[in-house]
This record gives sequence, structure tokens and C-alpha cells, in this order.
Amino acid sequence: MRLTCPFCGSRGLEEFTYRGDALVRRPAADTSLQTDAQAWTDYVYLRDNPAGLHSELWYHGVGCRSWLVVTRDTRTHRVDDVRAASAVAAERSGGAA
Amino acid sequence: MPTDRYSLFSLLREGLRGNTGWKAAWRKAAPAPAYDYVIVGGGGHGLATAYYLARRYGGLRIAVVEKGWIGGGNVGRNTTIVRSNYLLPGNEPFYECSMKLWEGLEQDINYNAMVSQRGVLNLFHNDAQRNAYIRRGNGMRLHGVDAELLDATAVREKLPFLNFDDARFPIRGGLLQPRGGTVRHDAVAWGYARAADRLGVDIIENCEVTGIRIERGRAVGVETSRGFVGAGKVGLACAGNSSRVAAMAGLRLPIESHVLQAFVSEGLKPFIDCVVTFGAGHFYISQSDKGGLVFGGDIDGYNSYAQRGNLPVIEDVCEGGMALMPRIGRVRLLRHWGGLMDMSMDGSPIIDRTPVDGLYLNAGWCYGGFKATPASGLCFAHLLARDEPHPVATAYRLDRFARGAVIDEKGMGAQPNLH
Ligand SMILES: Cc1cc2nc3c(=O)[nH]c(=O)nc-3n(C[C@H](O)[C@H](O)[C@H](O)COP(=O)(O)OP(=O)(O)OC[C@H]3O[C@@H](n4cnc5c(N)ncnc54)[C@H](O)[C@@H]3O)c2cc1C
Ligand SMILES: [Zn+2]
Repeated sequence: MRLTCPFCGSRGLEEFTYRGDALVRRPAADTSLQTDAQAWTDYVYLRDNPAGLHSELWYHGVGCRSWLVVTRDTRTHRVDDVRAASAVAAERSGGAA
Repeated sequence: MPTDRYSLFSLLREGLRGNTGWKAAWRKAAPAPAYDYVIVGGGGHGLATAYYLARRYGGLRIAVVEKGWIGGGNVGRNTTIVRSNYLLPGNEPFYECSMKLWEGLEQDINYNAMVSQRGVLNLFHNDAQRNAYIRRGNGMRLHGVDAELLDATAVREKLPFLNFDDARFPIRGGLLQPRGGTVRHDAVAWGYARAADRLGVDIIENCEVTGIRIERGRAVGVETSRGFVGAGKVGLACAGNSSRVAAMAGLRLPIESHVLQAFVSEGLKPFIDCVVTFGAGHFYISQSDKGGLVFGGDIDGYNSYAQRGNLPVIEDVCEGGMALMPRIGRVRLLRHWGGLMDMSMDGSPIIDRTPVDGLYLNAGWCYGGFKATPASGLCFAHLLARDEPHPVATAYRLDRFARGAVIDEKGMGAQPNLH
């Protein structure tokens, strides 16, 4: 498996560190542990763990040290898309990075 | 008359008859309309569960539903190591219960599983590791489990060819569990399948569960590729596929599926007489009775359902091997494969009810579930039959994550790819 970093090009897997599901969202800082513990439990522990397309975070530690959002099929390891996490985040917050 | 019980007598008789009288080890069962218990997943844990259910709680109609064939999952893919050298109170009694069951297994199920208590030796390479292993060994002994601390001289006597004076990772000693060892994994699957079958359990292969039918909040059976099968209770033991099957009942689990690779070399004359683990990297090795070196290391570390891994981990495993025992450098690799690990968020398993009535979960075995097979089956059977956890499995609750009562043997936190 190789990942094509948007900044460094196609690189071997050993240059990257995996950080898991890119879709989990940290609850807002003021989410109460008392009244909304489930939101924290979901965030810290529960995962969809799909067999199929998975959106996931990788860190290019041996290259440009960017965080990347990779879309990959967990059944075949086929990589469909690699984007800079900063770009994905900017898009999500409506362009205001 | 077909041969039923395996014994020296049956062996002699069949030898004289040209082996024409052996019966299939288990029937090819077709699904009945309904059972008292349906176990999903015919791996080691599912089969052991069915066996102990039938054995201890008689008169039940039980089925094991397996999407592939018996022995095709992790039970037939692991590196066969069994041990009970855990540290935490929630774990150690459970794994020791399993070790005791291994010790009596072959008589119990009338099957030669080649249980070999050749010892498991965990090496340490510095003072901090020595202290950690002293603590672990003391923890084990407090639970009545065997543990011996070996210094470098004692290790040298046992395994003189190890790389003791490596500049970076010299071997300072090891923690030995003499009762640990290896068990032939296929034989565990076949032996439990045969023993369960003899007690009337239907083992239904090539039957994939595609849905869990829930009526008024209660699981009443499973949809399968061979039709609906009704059930009083449904037990899930699907290892690497746990999240997918649990999702059929609307559940999200604290689990990620990862791939772990294993390796076997060409056959060599016997020279490693125990299981050895390298303490400065992740590498474990034993020698099978056929002479092949059986070894492995880390999981690949990313979500996977592919049952095959990538090259960086192969390189890492081989580097670990070379650092520990350079003499294996020219040995040729014979086979290599991968299996799907149900990596839980704290590295410990789950044997519990689920929020859905009548639906029970056995999952989260990470890459250490083979050694747990007998106790996992025993405890899951207990839970299914009595609706309360077995005394040695009380910590393995599904809600422990929400309660903050995680069992983090490795101290890695909520990070499944590090356990
Ligand atoms: C390479 C490798 C090395 C390992 N080494 C060790 C070791 O040395 N020591 C140790 O203790 N552990 C080890 N393990 C871990 C151990 O093998 C597993 O934790 C354990 O086998 C899991 O339980 P099981 O036997 O029930 O799993 P499996 O044999 O995987 O059984 C699960 C079954 O569920 C079936 N299933 C899944 N979905 C469905 C469905 N929808 N319908 C019907 N059936 C379904 C699967 O086909 C499968 O047969 C290793 C694992 C691997 C892969
Ligand atoms: Zn890069």
C-alpha cells in the first residue's frame, strides 16, 4: 500500500502514522460530562468500523509532516483519495479556515 | 459400525481395517426453523460456547451458524500461543481459568489438540523492563499462577544462540511461564466442533448471517443466506467481523478491525523448545512439531477487512527476528497470511449482554483471543444460560467504556491500533 501525499507524491506506508476514523467529532468543549456523558463515550470509544470505504487520518511524519484525510476501501486496501486535512477542515467550516 | 470415540483401540481397529470406518468428525447440519440458542460465528469461541452450553446445560437446541467453513477464521490463522501471564485483576483469573481448561481439554473433548506446555519466555533488555516483569511475575504469583524470573545466565543455558550482547538491546533475562506454550489451532476448532456435534449441536457451515430480527425490542432470530432461523437467544462470536454483525442490530461497538500477519518458515531440526518473545520490539516465535518456525509481530495498524497485510510490517517483524536470533537469517519463508483482529479500545474483551434483549456479545479479543478460547466459551455459555456474568468474566462488560472502568493491560488508552 502506498499513499499519494498531495505535497510529496507517492510514498511507502512506512512514512506514515495512522490515527483512525476521520469522521469522529470531538464534542464542543462545554459539553457536560454529567449530562451528556454519552457524547464523550461515543467520541472516545465508539467507531463505525465499516467494511468498505473508510475516511481516515494519516500523518506524514517522515515527509511533509501534514495530516491527511485518506479515503480507502478496508476490504481491498484500495486508496481512492488523499487530501490535506487542513483543506478538508476549511471546506467543512465553509471556507473560513 | 462407524467409529465414535477416539482411543488407542479405535486407532488399532481402523489401522487393521484400512481406515474405512472413521465417521466424519461432525454432521453437515442444515438449519432447523428454530433453536433455543443460535451462536453466530463458528470460530474457536463460537464452537467452545456451543460445546459448554450443551455440556453444562443439557436438553437445549443449539446451532452454530458459520458463513464460511470451520477453521477458516482466526482460530486457524493464529500463531498458537497460549499463556496466562496477565497483570490486571480483571484479566488474570480469566486467563488462568482458560489455562486450566487447556490442561484438561484433550481428555474433555476426546481430541488430540497437541497442547504443549513448553513454556513462554518474555525477554527483557534493560532495568526498567526487568522491574516491570518482576511486578508482572509477582502479580501472577499472587493469583496462584506460575512465573519464574530468569537472569541472563539462565536464559543463556536455555537458548544459547540468542543475540545476548547486542549493543543496543542486550538480553538481561526473562520472565518465564512454564505452563504456557502452544496448542494446535486447527485441532481446537475441529475438536470443539466434533465434541459439540456429539452433544447434538447443529454446526451449519456456509450460512452467512445477514440480519438480526428484532421484535418488540427483543432478538428473535437471524436472517441468513439459508433463510430465517429463529432463536430464543442469539450469541455473537464473530471476532474481526463483530462490528458488522452488531450493526445489524443497530449497535456501535468500541472496536476497530485490524489485520495481523503471521509467518511460517521451512521445516528445520528442533532448536527452539519454548515460545520466546523479544522485549525491545514486537516479535514472538516458536517452532512447530513439523519443524517450521512460527512467528509474528505487530498488527499493521490501520482498519482492514482484507485478511492480508503490507510489506512494512513484514520488514519490521523480520528485523525483530534478526535482532533476537541472527541465525534465522538464511531460513526461507514457507507461508504467510493475515487475519482480522477485533481490536477493542482498551485491549480487553467483551463478554456481555447488549442493549437488545436476547442478544449477547463476545468480542474485542484483539490478537490474544486464541489462548482465551476455552474460558471464553465457558463464560459466554454461562452468560447465555444464566443471564449473569461468569465469576471470572465480571470485568468484561460492554458499558465499562462509558463507566471509565476500562481494563488497559498495556496502558495505551483508547487507541485500538496500539494494543
Ligand atoms: C495472525 C494471527 C496470530 C494470532 N496469534 C495469536 C496467539 O499466538 N495467541 C492468541 O491467544 N491469539 C492469537 N491470535 C488471536 C486469535 O486467533 C483470535 O483472537 C481468536 O481466534 C478469535 O476468536 P475466534 O476463534 O472465535 O475467531 P474466528 O475463527 O475468526 O471466528 C469468527 C467466525 O465468525 C464468522 N462470521 C463472521 N461474520 C459472520 C456472519 N455474518 N455470519 C456467520 N458467521 C460469521 C467468521 O467466518 C469466523 O469463522 C492471532 C490472530 C491472528 C490473525
Ligand atoms: Zn507529505
